[in-house]
Amino acid sequence: MQHKVVVTGIGIISAIGFDTKGVMDSLQAQRSGIGRLSLIDSVYKDEIPVAEIKATNDELLQIADPGITGNYSRTSLLGIIAARQAIAAARIDVSAPGRTGLISATTVGGMDRSEIFYRGYLSGSGKARLRDVVTHDCGDSTEKIADCTGIRDYITTINTACSSSANAIMVGARLIREGKLDRVVAGGTDALTLFTLNGFNSLMILDRNPCRPFDEDRNGLNLGEGSGFLVLESEEFACRENKNVLGVIKGYGNACDAYHQTASSPEGHGACLSMLKALEVAGLAPDAISYINAHGTGTKNNDLSEGVALETVFQAGIPHCSSTKSYTGHTLGAAGGIEAVLSIIALQHQWIYPNLNFARPMNELGFVPVTAFVTGIPVNCIMSNSFGFGGNNSTLIFSRY
Amino acid sequence: MEQLIDKLKHEIIGVLNLSEMTPADIDENAPLFIEGLGLDSIDALELIVLLEKNYGLKLGTAEEGKRVLHSVRSMAEFITSNKKG
Amino acid sequence: MEELYIISDHCIIRNNSVVSGGKKVFEYDRGGEPSFFTALYRHFDLNYPKFFKMDNLCKLGLLASEVLLREKNILRRYPGDQVGLILSNAASSIDTDRNYQISINDRTGYFSSPSVFVYTLANIVIGEISIRQKFLGESTFFIEEKFNPERLYTQVKLILDEGIISCCICGWVELDGDHYEAVLYLVEKSAPLADGIAIFEPEKLHEIFLQRI
Repeated sequence: MQHKVVVTGIGIISAIGFDTKGVMDSLQAQRSGIGRLSLIDSVYKDEIPVAEIKATNDELLQIADPGITGNYSRTSLLGIIAARQAIAAARIDVSAPGRTGLISATTVGGMDRSEIFYRGYLSGSGKARLRDVVTHDCGDSTEKIADCTGIRDYITTINTACSSSANAIMVGARLIREGKLDRVVAGGTDALTLFTLNGFNSLMILDRNPCRPFDEDRNGLNLGEGSGFLVLESEEFACRENKNVLGVIKGYGNACDAYHQTASSPEGHGACLSMLKALEVAGLAPDAISYINAHGTGTKNNDLSEGVALETVFQAGIPHCSSTKSYTGHTLGAAGGIEAVLSIIALQHQWIYPNLNFARPMNELGFVPVTAFVTGIPVNCIMSNSFGFGGNNSTLIFSRY
Repeated sequence: MEQLIDKLKHEIIGVLNLSEMTPADIDENAPLFIEGLGLDSIDALELIVLLEKNYGLKLGTAEEGKRVLHSVRSMAEFITSNKKG
Repeated sequence: MEELYIISDHCIIRNNSVVSGGKKVFEYDRGGEPSFFTALYRHFDLNYPKFFKMDNLCKLGLLASEVLLREKNILRRYPGDQVGLILSNAASSIDTDRNYQISINDRTGYFSSPSVFVYTLANIVIGEISIRQKFLGESTFFIEEKFNPERLYTQVKLILDEGIISCCICGWVELDGDHYEAVLYLVEKSAPLADGIAIFEPEKLHEIFLQRI
């Protein structure tokens, strides 16, 4: 017997807000979180805009839980904050009967502290502290979130680049659907680091200006940081406890582009497959989709590839579509989770987000994203794309309950 | 110029991990991308880093990059005509 | 009634040896090639120059998949989007992360290497296998403290049950410096009766994993 999977809680922290309310205010005000890097000392700080959360690790620790002690990477702190918000919103008591899982995702892990350790270690100054490197593993942030939330029944970490937290939600939904778990806290977290700043810069895909997804003159992405988590439950479980249902996980799909380690195929083959698979699982035709929250990073390659894929899948016309990375930056492993939270907010409030900084459509395509904050149109089904390096392409479909 | 071309071939083999090849296997006039050596976009970026790291030369635009990185000879000509001092 | 699936083959790379379907097919001769991976590449005559650009985790994963899939013509039996890849490890991409960190450590003299950075993600090994084999199906990479046969079984069975895929390459690909091991399983909905095939179940995954070679 397959169980319907519903969303009963959301939690988010990003450059546009420290919680759901803060994020909603920024979305409506069309206030982007992209600006100057201030908390990390980089040679690029005046050159490369980022979507940084303006809080030091100490400040994040106070928000997460002033009572906790131990070694916490920035990635862990962001994850704890968002996961706890989601759990509180869903009014979950993890100690109550029911099998609860935590599926978290990250690409950076504890790199923010490891890179500090490594520099000190290699300099031979003796100043490097081992406690800065014990939080390095991707699994550490998941374990820390589990410790802080009390989840014990099922804990795992997914690392599939920029589709990581979308896959976490997909895997969580599947486990509930098949009756393996009753509820899952699923999402992801990633922090800004010199490691990723330098790495993406070496790939020459960082825009020196705020990103312009799907624009002809786009010139790359802006890195961001943050965390987004959903609480997923089986419908029966949620109803038994009189939960407020925010939406339904209607469909999901994952496919491999099998083209290049970091570039997407020109015809967007993997993207087409993941979108078609998600529609198939959802039992929906393309015209059922009210709004697409695109991956839309602002790179020449992704936006063209994704644009071609959208035109292929939505042959009768692409529905309202935008990338919210012009607000939040590209939060890497957290992107799928953050954008899932934005999708659930959009379903609840019947919003469609603008694709900020858009001026000219791409020459190769006819597609024009939404450029105004839209209300007053029925928003019943939202498709969210997250495409990762390694050709890992994921699509989630959320619908109203 | 020929000495520089040979040096470049060694450097290219090193930086792109082309351990199956010797300098004699690389035709300095053949295209580096698509045909010829069939290098990809990541290889292009490594060559850009090579030019900056070993020769102190920065490429300005993608178009300039396409011209300069067309072949080993075009890379050598770029280095020669931009040599400082 | 629960659907049963088949482990139609498996391979193990461990202690500088390679076992395929229960038989040792390669043992590293230290007097030959300086690297185990290059020696294995040459032994199987792979003719795939892109191999040399990969980091060690991807080399390990690619070689393991080559051993598992040789002469199987998977794409004759399944469309590319019906072949899935579910892999896991504990160390993620730490080996390459370290190398990359070294390249950016000196603030004044660093040259960030794009071809190293590209491999600072655990799932790129799935990308490399997929590019080589043209597999387009669902794929995920899990980070676990140690090989978890029950977890792997559950994840693979779910997507086979759902009909998302008909065939799955799954297992453990772990590398950190000189410590490396790969255990890959080929799981199918059905397979012709042959020596060495087994029912896909956690106990069997565990038994194969623990094989001494």
